[in-house]
Amino acid sequence: MTTPPRWRRFDEWDARALRHDQFAAENPEAGFSTFHSPWDPEPSAKLEGGRIVEIDGKPEAAFDILDSFIATHYLDPEIVEEAMAMDSTEVARLLVDINVPRERLERLARGMTPAKLASVVSAMSALEITFAYSKMRQRRTPGNQAHVTNAKDDPLQLAADAATAVALGFDEIETTMRVASNSWANAMACAVGAAVGRGGVLFQCSIEEAEELQIGMAGFTSYAETVSVYGTEAAFVDGDDTPWSKAFLTAAYGSRGIKVRCTSGASAELLMGFHERKSVLYLEARCLCLQSAMGVQGTQNGGIDGAPLTSSMASGMRELMAENLIAVWLGLECASGNDTRVSESEIRVGAKITPYLLAGSDLVCSGFGSIKKYDNSFNPSLFNGEEIEDYLTLQRDFEVDGGLTPVNDTQIAHLRLRAIEAITAVFEELDLAEVKPEWIASVAAASGSLETETFSPGAVTRISDSIRKQRLTCVDVVRALARRGFREEAENLMLMLRQRISGDYLQTSAILRDGKVISALNDPNNYSGPGTGYAMSPERWDEVRNVRDLQTLEKVMEREAKVDPTARPWLAPRGVAAKGVDRHEVVVGLSPAFGVELNRTTAGHDLIDVVLALTEGIRDGGGAPRLVRIRHTADTSFLGLTAARLSGSGYGIGIQAKGTAVIHQADRLPHLNVELFSNSPVTTLEHYRSMGRNAALYAHGENPEPVLVPVDGRSLAARYHVRVSMLYAIETGLVEADALPVEVVMELGQEGTPS
Amino acid sequence: MKNVLEQYPVSEKAPERAISASGKTIDELTLDEVLSERIGPEDIRISADVLQLQAQIARAAGREGLARNFERSAELVAVPQDVILETYEMLRPGRLDDPAPLSARAEMLRREYGAHAIADFIDEAVAVYRNRRLFRRRY
Repeated sequence: MTTPPRWRRFDEWDARALRHDQFAAENPEAGFSTFHSPWDPEPSAKLEGGRIVEIDGKPEAAFDILDSFIATHYLDPEIVEEAMAMDSTEVARLLVDINVPRERLERLARGMTPAKLASVVSAMSALEITFAYSKMRQRRTPGNQAHVTNAKDDPLQLAADAATAVALGFDEIETTMRVASNSWANAMACAVGAAVGRGGVLFQCSIEEAEELQIGMAGFTSYAETVSVYGTEAAFVDGDDTPWSKAFLTAAYGSRGIKVRCTSGASAELLMGFHERKSVLYLEARCLCLQSAMGVQGTQNGGIDGAPLTSSMASGMRELMAENLIAVWLGLECASGNDTRVSESEIRVGAKITPYLLAGSDLVCSGFGSIKKYDNSFNPSLFNGEEIEDYLTLQRDFEVDGGLTPVNDTQIAHLRLRAIEAITAVFEELDLAEVKPEWIASVAAASGSLETETFSPGAVTRISDSIRKQRLTCVDVVRALARRGFREEAENLMLMLRQRISGDYLQTSAILRDGKVISALNDPNNYSGPGTGYAMSPERWDEVRNVRDLQTLEKVMEREAKVDPTARPWLAPRGVAAKGVDRHEVVVGLSPAFGVELNRTTAGHDLIDVVLALTEGIRDGGGAPRLVRIRHTADTSFLGLTAARLSGSGYGIGIQAKGTAVIHQADRLPHLNVELFSNSPVTTLEHYRSMGRNAALYAHGENPEPVLVPVDGRSLAARYHVRVSMLYAIETGLVEADALPVEVVMELGQEGTPS
Repeated sequence: MKNVLEQYPVSEKAPERAISASGKTIDELTLDEVLSERIGPEDIRISADVLQLQAQIARAAGREGLARNFERSAELVAVPQDVILETYEMLRPGRLDDPAPLSARAEMLRREYGAHAIADFIDEAVAVYRNRRLFRRRY
């Protein structure tokens, strides 16, 4: 027996980007299980004298720090017995029931242990989880968050990119740096950039806690989300915190007027080596109960750094959504992950985001890379600068609001320059640095830091040191901006400082829109079925659907316009066409708009060249070409058949202005042609020549090899059909049902010399 | 008194109650005031009163945990930054091998800043850390 050969398709599959992704086998003992591990506890809770003395099979004496905190600060003894007694599947049904209000479910959650919460969402399909998420999420209006970083920690680029991110519609901007000592320069640059244009976004500088609090107090930043929590005691301690230290820190941020959200995500414990053989969902349910217990307003949740690992497991992406569902069910704002790039496959990336776009989310991405992948100091995001327009298109495709708005060249060119000039003015006014004029143009135009001429890394560190040592605050920046004529930007920063003392944006799911706070309190998600919940206003939908370079009839017709509109028609009519007698004749039937309203094929060939190629080909094959204008149809098959019936040989060619052509024979059924050339965008003049030759050879009774127009897998429909449908409508608009075919001759050149 | 929920957002519905820790109202925080140097960094700090108001609002909205957190925040407004950071450091695992300094810290916050909720919270941590043997130095 010979070994059967390996199918080469596998080699091709091996070469696809997808094969860079790793897929993990189920192995609960090693921590690799999404929804169920044999070591997960059964849900349980016991009360004694109003106190919780057992959680998920564990007695009080064995409580670890998480259980203790959950028992004391999360579980509501008044609700526990009622909630724990409910059937998990029944609760899952309530979550997707549009007639059951969100508030009732939020109340029940406060009586459910982590294992119980996990058992409920485990009973739901991905679709049900998505639907429940759309019902349970907190703020009605969806939003999004951007990463703004660069590989050089260049403040000029940070300012320009922050302004760009604001124009794109992001509600929050998060920065971090390659070099920790650059934090103050990063914070100042992003704060200034974010004040250009619309302004009024929340801004975070992600760094070590003490430093982050200092930067926040100086007024540069307005939120923090580095308050990480973990699902096992060992991971928590290894992460250098406890629920009490993190809850203390949460309160401390609040005391400085800074919005806080915690961070947690499936597989963090697995990455840290302390998973206790539990499923990632169960551990995450513990994290979320803790966050609710800490009294934090929201969570950055859904894998985060662990998302690629979770996505490597079977049902991993469903799990990430399931944990997001628990988060909103517990009343938390949810920045729903979709930050870390989970796959090298663009198909998996698009699939990952789609349910979130459909359901909406407080912040669809907890860090959309608004900059290029290599500039993202957090690591590449699910979506990045390279793919922003893909995301904008998905919003348009599904008529959903993913929080972003299309931008155009001119608008962005102005904003970027303005942002760089603003930070330059601040640096000069506060004596922090000199900016060379050539840097400004370089950074404004640059797509990423590899292209910029700007500060050296050492110079940035010196700026940052100087900001810290001089104890500069946002108030100094406001003053500097106003003194140098950047009054609008100064006002935008003032708006943020005013909001800070009101504490309004500390409430659940708060963001700023048009200078006003919207949150779960004054913009609560009220989804209860069709006709309720968030819907885009007509103005918003107009923004979303107007992506760049829309094809319009005007643009298409402009392309069809003749170079010289005064030129005489090159196809001159010579009266009604009669049936030919020449046995070697091949009639070419031209469509109604051919060479009149429409002048080139979708492949871009001038129709004069096309007719010349066809007629030359016919002569090459020993035939005699004759041109006929057909006006009673624009359909290729009928053009071809009409031409064939007028032809002395019985063979004819039908051709539309867009270039679609057919060889036909007089005795055939309309759609049973001899040869069809339907892919006009890839049809060359040489193909038209061969087509003419073949038609002539058929007329001689020969059987030539059919002309093959090679297709290469490009989606011609995606590339051409908008234009084609508009062009074809022009052809059909000219059709006159009873009009007879007209003999035409080519008259080329200024003097109208016959061909 | 009107329903406290109707005062949200405070900046729009009850701006007279949005007063910074230094006593400036939201309407006084203008660009002109900043330019004339009558506003400094101390004027952009949130006050304990506003945080208490936000706690009442959160409670009225059925968000009890969030309300308690805002109450803890309110207690920390007057606590200096270095004391906050030092306390946070003490609460982290493996920083102390003896619970006494943490208990003393709770007492100090209670006595000097009237931070009762925070102090109770730290006492609770002490009890749990003791049970879980977290009073062990990590470095």
